[in-house]
Amino acid sequence: MDVYQGSNHMRRKIANAVMLGLAGLATALAILLLFSVLGYVLIQGGSAINLDFFTQLPKPVGEPGGGMANAIVGTLILLGIASLIALPIGIGAGIYLAELGSGRLGTTVRFVTDVLTGIPSITIGIFAYTLLVLPMRSFSTLAGGFALAIIMIPTVTRATEEMLKLVPSSLREASLALGIPYWKTVLRVVVPAAMGGIVTGATLAVARAGGETAPLLFTAFGNHFWSLSLNRPIAALPLQVFVYAISPYDDWRAQAWAGALVLVGMVLVINLVARFFVRGTRMQ
Amino acid sequence: MSIPRPQLAVSAVSTENARSEAKSVEIKDLSAWYGPKLAIEGVTISILPNTVTAIIGPSGCGKSTLVRCINRMHEVVASARVAGKVLLDGEDIYAPGIDPVMVRRRIGMVFQRANPFPTMSIFDNVASGLKLNGLADRRTLPAVVERSLRQAALWEEVKDKLGHAGTALSGGQQQRLCIARALAVEPDVLLMDEPASALDPVATLKIEELMQELKRDYTIVIVTHNMQQAARVSEYTAFMLAGEDRVGRLIEYGETSRIFTNPKDRRTEDYITGRFG
Amino acid sequence: MATTVRERTHASLRASKGGIGNRGDQVFRWVVTALAVSILALVALIVFKMVDGSMLSISTFGPGFLSGTTWDPVFRHFGALPFIFGTLVTSLLALLIGGPIALGAGIYLAELSPGWLRTPLSFLVELLAAIPSVVYGLWGIFVLAPILSSMVEPFLANTLGFLPLFQGPLYGVGMLAGGLILAIMIIPTIAAVSRDVMSAVPNSQREALLALGGTQWEVIKLAVLPYARSGILGAVILGLGRALGETMAVTMLIGNRPEISASLFAPSYTMASVIANEFTEATYDLYLGALIEIGLVLFGVTLILNAVARLLVWRVAYGPTGG
Repeated sequence: MDVYQGSNHMRRKIANAVMLGLAGLATALAILLLFSVLGYVLIQGGSAINLDFFTQLPKPVGEPGGGMANAIVGTLILLGIASLIALPIGIGAGIYLAELGSGRLGTTVRFVTDVLTGIPSITIGIFAYTLLVLPMRSFSTLAGGFALAIIMIPTVTRATEEMLKLVPSSLREASLALGIPYWKTVLRVVVPAAMGGIVTGATLAVARAGGETAPLLFTAFGNHFWSLSLNRPIAALPLQVFVYAISPYDDWRAQAWAGALVLVGMVLVINLVARFFVRGTRMQ
Repeated sequence: MSIPRPQLAVSAVSTENARSEAKSVEIKDLSAWYGPKLAIEGVTISILPNTVTAIIGPSGCGKSTLVRCINRMHEVVASARVAGKVLLDGEDIYAPGIDPVMVRRRIGMVFQRANPFPTMSIFDNVASGLKLNGLADRRTLPAVVERSLRQAALWEEVKDKLGHAGTALSGGQQQRLCIARALAVEPDVLLMDEPASALDPVATLKIEELMQELKRDYTIVIVTHNMQQAARVSEYTAFMLAGEDRVGRLIEYGETSRIFTNPKDRRTEDYITGRFG
Repeated sequence: MATTVRERTHASLRASKGGIGNRGDQVFRWVVTALAVSILALVALIVFKMVDGSMLSISTFGPGFLSGTTWDPVFRHFGALPFIFGTLVTSLLALLIGGPIALGAGIYLAELSPGWLRTPLSFLVELLAAIPSVVYGLWGIFVLAPILSSMVEPFLANTLGFLPLFQGPLYGVGMLAGGLILAIMIIPTIAAVSRDVMSAVPNSQREALLALGGTQWEVIKLAVLPYARSGILGAVILGLGRALGETMAVTMLIGNRPEISASLFAPSYTMASVIANEFTEATYDLYLGALIEIGLVLFGVTLILNAVARLLVWRVAYGPTGG
């Protein structure tokens, strides 16, 4: 037919090729940027990283060497506190939404949890500051952990709810028919069946919180030394990276790259493990 | 219209070797709703101990609903409601103050699709009813699990792999596993909701043979859409039908041999001869 | 043995009236509901604290706070317009540059990429979202900013310098740098959501156009995009929300000068950045209150944007079936 001949057809083919090419280009560009960032982190960080980095405290300005040992430990402590707060609340709320959340209260909780996801992390930092730092009159590990917990809660809640909803109702029925009480059915049969996905969600939430800097700026605040008490400031890896990155000292800047490498490595590893872990538990 | 109590014919009921624990179930004027919708109405049946009673009828007639009312599973669905009485050995399980959880320990259920717990081994599956209710005695548990698996005719096939996942078995085996799991808590009555409908003929036969063994110790009620199966396995049969109002009612109940050869109600006859359903 | 179990189980149907079973259920329901409600309480508390903390500043400056251009901690006069300006400009820039790229990637991932490539590519694009903000900032300072100041900005100044947009000294850091890093950071958000929204378009729509002899691009343009339009809009708004709230990377690249300028090369300041930089230096209540009020404005704006975005995305993903 004539539709396939003539300049109109040519024009359409060209337009098609151009637009598809642009789409592919856009994707390539996005991935290129990813590799650029990761590449620089790997190279710059790799050349600056050494054993001292993991074992030494920061040296005073001007002195070369030193490391971010306290920041690494600090991040782990903060994530531990955050998990202690966020996991019970998130998993509990997720159980509520999956089991009892079909009414208006459930809809409200779901909506508000979504809202929580969108709150800028710096605002959460302000909140933790007014709630904990001011009354305690000090920057503190507790305030930092609390701020990170708030960031983790929505992710954990949503993951828990979705995983629980995937558990077939026949399991619940089988358990109830055995004369097992409802609450035991949920806690000992349904939740274990969804555990793989719940753990994945929790892990991803921890990974995200581990990279957050803004909420720690005026809660954990940072510390040049070891700190193990709950009501004193504590060092954290992303904080340290930030401070070193904007400093004018080459030595510190190199260490910033090393810190970034550790951060990215941690986040990457957790993401990869989480994805493949999910695939594994699907075999049930 | 009252359904006469079925006569105890010697050939129909095997009372020898019956353990005295198996109980009777008397259903009196039972009606059930899903929310505002009436599902079954005015059902009255007497189920005798140590018998197999089959409940047959076309799909939608309410037989599953009826059976789920016996072990109070019907009310698990939100806004579900029941009226009437169900007497287990003379005690009304719907009386106020009765805990449905306790009822379900004494009236067990096996479902259409085998549903072993995926996170547990074979051993743990069978033991789950006891363990999760705090009734398990660590010393006696292995013996109880073995006994239940033997009763479900599964012991020989799995005795060497008790630690394997419960879901690693074939369909028929999984269903027998579920039966073993139900038997482990030693119910008085075992309800089976189309237990073999998802199984191949060989597995189905195994389950049917199993029922003949089990009725020596338990009272069994089986829902089935397969009339031949009902004729094979049961001593008593109840036929249900939903009218134009979509409400299920008991049409006829009696000895299986009579129902299938000389039904009293026209509708029963129509169903049995395949004129509909 | 068997009888023991039976005796224990069958003591009486009544035995546990209000007993373990029931009490367990009640406690369980209570605990789980309380945990869920605690989230409501948390968010309410956040709103309260933000408003409460802003009260001093609100009552001191009134609505003029939002239009005031002076930010002077020394003389205790605070106006937020420079930050609002910086935030808006960088976010808009991020949308203008990052939006099309993200959309292109989303289209490619949803419609064009071969099946085996889809999952790994999607994973890589989503990995962009997993990189911490401070790492982006670090990369921005040492990679992006030098490229801008040595190559991109001189080029723009030479070719488009007649526009006030591209005039003034070249620092490398400034609104352009801030906007670009934000563009990169919102790509994964917009791309992933657009991809999901487009994948949800039923095949019948595509087939109809293919049957009419349309090219692949025409199928996308005429069948997929219109159907997914509100969802894509939602994705863009989500990206905007993310850009507005983004703190660290922008702070490291924006130049941190509270001035309004017409040039993209000029240093600027965003709402999140000023809070990040000056919060711990706020030595008196009014200063702190002003910063908290900025945080409140940020909170309110992102709240509204997110709500609108989610409504739009929900409508396509779960919404009206197109006939």
